[in-house]
Amino acid sequence: MLKLENITKRFGSVVANRRITLEVAPGEVLALLGENGAGKTTLVSILYGLYAPDEGRILLEGKEVRIPSPKAAQRLGIALVPQHPELIEAHTVAENLALGLDLPAVFSRRALVRRLRALLEGHPLGVDLEAPVARLSAGEKQRVELLRALLNRPKVLILDEPTSVLTPKEAEALFQEIQRLKAVGLSVIFISHKLDEVLAIADRIAVLRAGEKVGEVLRQEADKDLLVRLMVGRSLAPPPKVPPPREEVILEVEDLLVPRHGFPVQGVSFSLRAGEVLGIAGVAGSGQAELVQALAGLRPFRGRIRFREGPWPRDPARLFALGVAHIPEERSMGVVEGMSVAENLALRTYRRFAPGGILNHRAMEKEAEALIGRYGIRTPSPRTPVRFLSGGNVQKVILARELQVSPRLLLAMHPTYGVDVGASEEVHGRILDLVQAGSAVLLVSEDLDEILSLSHRVAALYHGRFVGPIPREEADRERLGRMMTEGRV
Amino acid sequence: MEEALLRAVLFGTPILLASLGALLSERGGVVNLGVEGMMALAALAAFAVGLEAHPVLGVLAGVGVGSLLGLFLGVFAVSLRANQFVAGLALAALGLGASGLLGKRYEGVPLPNPLPEGVLAALALALAFGLHLLFFRTRFGLYLRSVGENPKAADLFGVSVDGVRYGALALGGGLIGMAGAYLSLAYRPSWTDGMTSGLGWVAIALVILAAWQPLRAVFGAYLFGLLFFLQFRLQGSVPIPSEAFAAMPYLLVILVLALSGRARAPKALGQPFDRGR
Repeated sequence: MLKLENITKRFGSVVANRRITLEVAPGEVLALLGENGAGKTTLVSILYGLYAPDEGRILLEGKEVRIPSPKAAQRLGIALVPQHPELIEAHTVAENLALGLDLPAVFSRRALVRRLRALLEGHPLGVDLEAPVARLSAGEKQRVELLRALLNRPKVLILDEPTSVLTPKEAEALFQEIQRLKAVGLSVIFISHKLDEVLAIADRIAVLRAGEKVGEVLRQEADKDLLVRLMVGRSLAPPPKVPPPREEVILEVEDLLVPRHGFPVQGVSFSLRAGEVLGIAGVAGSGQAELVQALAGLRPFRGRIRFREGPWPRDPARLFALGVAHIPEERSMGVVEGMSVAENLALRTYRRFAPGGILNHRAMEKEAEALIGRYGIRTPSPRTPVRFLSGGNVQKVILARELQVSPRLLLAMHPTYGVDVGASEEVHGRILDLVQAGSAVLLVSEDLDEILSLSHRVAALYHGRFVGPIPREEADRERLGRMMTEGRV
Repeated sequence: MEEALLRAVLFGTPILLASLGALLSERGGVVNLGVEGMMALAALAAFAVGLEAHPVLGVLAGVGVGSLLGLFLGVFAVSLRANQFVAGLALAALGLGASGLLGKRYEGVPLPNPLPEGVLAALALALAFGLHLLFFRTRFGLYLRSVGENPKAADLFGVSVDGVRYGALALGGGLIGMAGAYLSLAYRPSWTDGMTSGLGWVAIALVILAAWQPLRAVFGAYLFGLLFFLQFRLQGSVPIPSEAFAAMPYLLVILVLALSGRARAPKALGQPFDRGR
């Protein structure tokens, strides 16, 4: 159906895709597997007419085609469900879908809805066509994207990391839909960095690494180990052992309460010793974000906190000076995207580079180069704006900045969210180095495996209250799940 | 009382037309701060053509000049992806300066056959309704709102972002030009340097006050019209310095802007669109 031959795409000196050859047959699901920054999205953008390839050709049903624009891609029968829904929030579902249609110059809303229903006959809608998109859940928004892609009766459907915004249940529904589309002869290109889903849905798996295709296997011949080796270029080391904590108490929290509408944190008490990791799980919105923000000095709270038997300043800069580092829940909160890697690395310590108030860029960039090397941040230069880095590398920038002064306490929230396997292994390694050196870590995460592999004790937040903590040895996924959803140990 | 309402409508009409013009391009994501200058140049062109040929042709000339100036702004604000605020301010200054320079020989010349204000006022009102239908009932309107909210998404689905924005600037420019023509052919059938007297800025403020809804702009424009009328009428009869009266509508603009923080602007307003990024 669709064939790519020797596609190469360069951005300046960076080669995003190097001589990639792929083929997908009708009724086949081809998975494109690779870490963040492996070149998957670039390849998709070429197929969808957003970028022109520098070399190579694209064949559709045996004929060479040029795809200069998204419109051209649609006309050729190539449809895309982008990674982040590109919908117009202020419009209704019907108006969003209408953008993919050949509309008459003048139309009524009612006629539009009628026409859409007719066109989508046979596809489960799953959303109210007249609802404003802003009111839909992430899963429903993706549903709209998928319906819009199907409107033009495509031959090839590209799904770019479709499950990253979905709950497990929504993902299951999506997989069923993919099976259904496959059965009617659609070619599906499924892009992901998650091994489990690729193994669950694909007929054939092509693996990209650093812009090149490093392997292609049939589903029957693939297993996790093989795919990880192809994707990362090596096997992952088994999770490291966490050394036992020390005696010294670093942090004591008593009756912490966040006085805000609904009291998101309702009287939480715990203590944390040197070299100890306390893992906190919880269903999203159970008070984790507010707890971490309160501790990081970003939100007023009531209650008593002692830090190494001394007072607790309620101010982010003074906390950092005392040795409290913070990895915020969203990467965008942790960096200034328009500023360079070097500038972001110096956000905590810029005063050192500014004797007399004038910033010494050379010294700052030199220091940045050292950190870039030490933390393995993949960036063309220290002057590159952070927004050009992949998610994993942005996270490493945050980590490097926060850990450079060897903090006594690290408040880490979702430290590996949306980060690929290789980079999250590195992030975990850095956190463990810190623990080994005697720092305390408060680890808040939605990834239960991450919590279970790194923590000494685990707790759950349930409607703003602490459940636990219990020792790691007594916890497993099921028990932690119960603590999160039922509020008892 | 009746007179007050009539004068409010007649004085509100140029504000309404200019405001609709600015609103149109803002719906597409392009801020047009050049309204004042565009109105001035269009008023001059309309007057010149109205004097030498016929006032109806003068209106067409005003609309044409407004459209061209809208496209001119587009070259910078759309194609060259310049800062829209800077480009618009430059156009405002350029338009005011150029109209003063080019209009010297028309200064003080009376227009023998002015247009009836009422006809243009009715046309402006009809245009407000027309714009509402354009936004919500036509393909162009859907594309326009899409481009103003999320140009990336619109582009992804084959809408020409730049094309729609140029279209909006041309149409909006035409309305702004008509506002200028109304001033020099109907309202005060003459040409004087600076005859727009800040109405363009009031129109821009009114876009926000109207929450980017054409029908709300109608009420806002007539409200300003009423205020301007009261300012003339009360001057001298109340022991307050006339400067304070003259400042009243503008103070109201500032007050309204400060209080109307909640209105939701088109999401991509003021952002140049560049597919590569």
